[in-house]
Amino acid sequence: MSSELPVRKTYKLYIGGEMVRTESGRSDPIYSPRPKKALLANVSRGSRKDIRDAVGKARGAQESWAKKTGYLRGQILYRMAEMLEGRAESFEKILRESRGLSPAAARREARASIDRIVHYAGWSDKFGALLSTVNPVASSYYDFSVPEPTGVVGVVAPETPELLGLVTYLAPVIVSGNAAVVLLSERHPLAGLELGEVLATSDLPAGVANLISGRKEELVPHLARHMDVNAICDAGGDAALSKAIAQDAAVNVKRVKRYAVHDNLAGAAQGLEFIEAFVETKTTWHPVGV
Amino acid sequence: MSMSTAAPVLDLSLVPRVDAVGVEERAAALGKRSIKKDAKRAGIRLAISMLDLTTLEGKDSEGKVRQLCRKAVQPLPGDSTVPHVAAVCVYPNLVPAAKAALAGSGVKVASVATGFPAGLVPLPVKIDEARRAVAMGADEVDMVIDRGAFLSGEFAAVFEEIATVKEACGPAHLKVILETGELETYDNVRKASHLAIAAGADFIKTSTGKVVPAATPAVVLVMLEAIRDHFFETGRRVGLKPAGGIRTSKQALHLLILVKETLGDDWLTPDLFRIGASTVTNDLLMQLAKEASGRYQSADYFTKD
Amino acid sequence: MSTTVRDGRERREAAEKAASERPSLEFGSAWSYAPSPEATDHVVLAPRYGLFIGGRFVAPRSKKHFRTINPATEAVVSEVAEAGAADVDAAVRSAEDAYRKRWSKLAPAARGKYIYRIARLIQEKARALAVLETMNGGKPIKESRDVDVPLAAAHFFYYAGWADKLSWAFRGRRTEPLGVCGQIIPWNFPLLMAAWKIAPALACGNTVVLKPAETTPLTALALAEICREADLPPGVVNVVTGASETGAHLVNHPRVAKIAFTGSTEVGKIIQRAVAGTGKRLTLELGGKAANIVFEDAAIDQAVEGIVNGIYFNQGHVCCAGSRLLVQESIEPVVRRKLADRIATLRLGDPLDKNTDVGAINSAAQLAKIRELVQSGVDEGAVLHQSACAIPVKGYWFPPTFFTGVAQSHRIAREEIFGPVLAVMTFRTPEEAIEKANNTPYGLSAGVWTDKGAKIFQVSSKLRAGVVWANTFNKFDPASPFGGYKESGFGREGGMQGLKEYVELR
Repeated sequence: MSSELPVRKTYKLYIGGEMVRTESGRSDPIYSPRPKKALLANVSRGSRKDIRDAVGKARGAQESWAKKTGYLRGQILYRMAEMLEGRAESFEKILRESRGLSPAAARREARASIDRIVHYAGWSDKFGALLSTVNPVASSYYDFSVPEPTGVVGVVAPETPELLGLVTYLAPVIVSGNAAVVLLSERHPLAGLELGEVLATSDLPAGVANLISGRKEELVPHLARHMDVNAICDAGGDAALSKAIAQDAAVNVKRVKRYAVHDNLAGAAQGLEFIEAFVETKTTWHPVGV
Repeated sequence: MSMSTAAPVLDLSLVPRVDAVGVEERAAALGKRSIKKDAKRAGIRLAISMLDLTTLEGKDSEGKVRQLCRKAVQPLPGDSTVPHVAAVCVYPNLVPAAKAALAGSGVKVASVATGFPAGLVPLPVKIDEARRAVAMGADEVDMVIDRGAFLSGEFAAVFEEIATVKEACGPAHLKVILETGELETYDNVRKASHLAIAAGADFIKTSTGKVVPAATPAVVLVMLEAIRDHFFETGRRVGLKPAGGIRTSKQALHLLILVKETLGDDWLTPDLFRIGASTVTNDLLMQLAKEASGRYQSADYFTKD
Repeated sequence: MSTTVRDGRERREAAEKAASERPSLEFGSAWSYAPSPEATDHVVLAPRYGLFIGGRFVAPRSKKHFRTINPATEAVVSEVAEAGAADVDAAVRSAEDAYRKRWSKLAPAARGKYIYRIARLIQEKARALAVLETMNGGKPIKESRDVDVPLAAAHFFYYAGWADKLSWAFRGRRTEPLGVCGQIIPWNFPLLMAAWKIAPALACGNTVVLKPAETTPLTALALAEICREADLPPGVVNVVTGASETGAHLVNHPRVAKIAFTGSTEVGKIIQRAVAGTGKRLTLELGGKAANIVFEDAAIDQAVEGIVNGIYFNQGHVCCAGSRLLVQESIEPVVRRKLADRIATLRLGDPLDKNTDVGAINSAAQLAKIRELVQSGVDEGAVLHQSACAIPVKGYWFPPTFFTGVAQSHRIAREEIFGPVLAVMTFRTPEEAIEKANNTPYGLSAGVWTDKGAKIFQVSSKLRAGVVWANTFNKFDPASPFGGYKESGFGREGGMQGLKEYVELR
């Protein structure tokens, strides 16, 4: 009879390439929607120290992630898609349970998430060609501009759709060589935490992506004020929080990109612009002459 | 810049530049050579005969040195086809113990000197240390160059130090450690190699073993190229000793390939090529055993001296 | 020190005397490498192959087959079909069918996913493909394993990612595929050339009929099998093996929308004439006689590596090979000496041995061409330097060779040899180097070696060549556009630019 008793899963944070609990020891219960309201899991309520640790790991990983060839980063993202494909069913289950989605809707979201990762895998060695220029300056110089990743990016993920929304904003940030610290959907964090397990098996180097669950109101300020975070991707969809982010970001002149989030995030919500938002432009001059 | 002595004029601006990407590619490509069967056995034996077994720790004692010397003389107990190593390398105070333990074995005694590893002691102290090490019985002296002086462009001073230490060594052969990890660029390594060779080095050596990175394949290749150029200009053969970070047979064989395909047959001898390492010995022996038996080996079966 | 003024003859004699007394390096047999053959037992080879049409292998309607050999041993490896006019027609119709009914209706992202599958399968079967490539073509296993196969996979990966991004590549213009593309590839990089052709064509929504070279059909057929494993819709990729007649049927087929050809300039011109006035799109990647320019301020040892890589990589069977060395006169003696030393360590022999650097010449015909041109070099008065390596008894081989004392008018300086033979000429100034480099009907590639950045930009801006390698040579990447000026052809393969030739802009 014991073989029929399920081994319940503890959902952990994904920080520095490892599955860890919050250092604060706190938790939040996650329930399935009414009327069932069943307890799905107790997830870590992330703390400012988790953010501190995650930013440290992200910074430590970012330089060598950026140095990898676009080809290699693309391979790693493609493998992420392979891993997600292999676990699509378990994600669909989470989406059904946590948001009450129909099986068809859950499947659409899972498939769209996989396709989105494949889409960005294909950008890794191409966005540079589109965002670079050789500039026709009026003097004897070879003058060229290239994009470079901005560094460590804080991402406030949408509340819903919690999987597709997460992938939509995480993939374009890391494909160009940034490292990310993500605050997951507060109400529906399970799919994001499960994605942490996918990332852990996907060849993504430790620290490039860090996924934290918890109370956004508590955590967002620590991310927005952090002196070692270079940019914020604000896809949280909360006007009050967004205003605070914009204010706090000024402390070290962070770049802030705010996205209005749509419920289904269909095909249009992907592409070069999402990558471009988190790169810097470097222009170099060199004389031409013997 | 020209020297006040009658030594060859040292014009470092004539030292060839090194392209980092190109040299790393060539060094890596040579690492893809496939050394199998009798070539592997022969290579391993050759590598063992070129080892300078080294202990350079603050806690070195006569007991430790005696045990290391035993390993040096007979790396694989019971197997006389495994040659003795080339030398044992120690701090000056341990030279007498090494000398006694190695008497009659054919294994040389090498001593570090000149304020190893940093080299930031007054020149008279460096000279005195070198002289004493030789007086105590060292056959070879491994000196360090003054990297601070080199990096601030005081090439004449660096040259003078090497030339003076060479004189103080008398009959002992002099290896000059460049500490390539601190020189950082391949251009610097090439320049320092030319400088050391011009100043009279018998061997140029990559590292003290205290700084990482040490003897990378590309650094070794750059130094081999400097040796080659000198040979063509003067007919004199200078030796090379990579040291530091060499832990596996694969690395040791890679070094031999670099030597063979850059300088050729004449340098494949302990008289002109040494490997500064210790832990690699057991990996070499394990690989030899694997070649003989076909079985992968365990460290338990090889002595740790 | 007194300065004696000596005349030219005395100076030459003194230099020669010094050279003969100069110390020399001995690259002999101290510690020789044992044979290290790559395992071949895992490679599955059929005794006979059909044509790959409509997603399956079918017998040729021509009922003709021909043998394909291993040029290192002259042993027969297998038999392949010779596609006649009816076979080519069947392949084109299958490609057209697949285009109309299936491929053009797929969402672009789905096309991309098929191409990703192909890329992955190439990676999974990498070793077997490398062995097959070496067995059929003669190139060293270390090159097929480390260059050809990984780059082939990379091309499929790269173009897979473009399939759903074409609107960005064309600044918002709407694009349409061309339809059926006829692609004819050479024998020097059989699998890689197939990847260069098929990947961008498919990514842009076209379907393909590929004709591999007569002497190297096997890896193209292995790629066909991979397409099948990937569940690529039948007819999207078709492979018709055969010789030049098969190629002509494909070029002349009225329902082919575009022809892509890589091969000799001579055949390229024939194809250009054949296609003229038909409305077919055309890209050509033809021969070359690249100048590799080494300035006195180059990082000299890396430059020598670059020279060697430029002409001896793949036995010199490379359209963009650095077959002319233009070396600044002041460093010519040093470069010559280093080059002679360097070729002494090039290992020629069994291509399946992992330590082989120089493999077999692809065919008896090619070997005859090389010999003829080398003889012309000797006859015309250039000085021959050759590696003293042992030559195997069976198979087609030519040792690494370079000529000094070459003038622009020598045949070896003007004609493409397509073998491991380098012509060395000197120059005094950058202007002279540029002039000599451009003094050829070809314009595929060039090399520039100098430590001075400004010189690189200046010289490269004046070289009439489609690819300029500065302080390197023979570097390829799917993200980097490749193609020629002048009689080296037109159109680019690789990069965003490589998409242009496979779409119609609306």
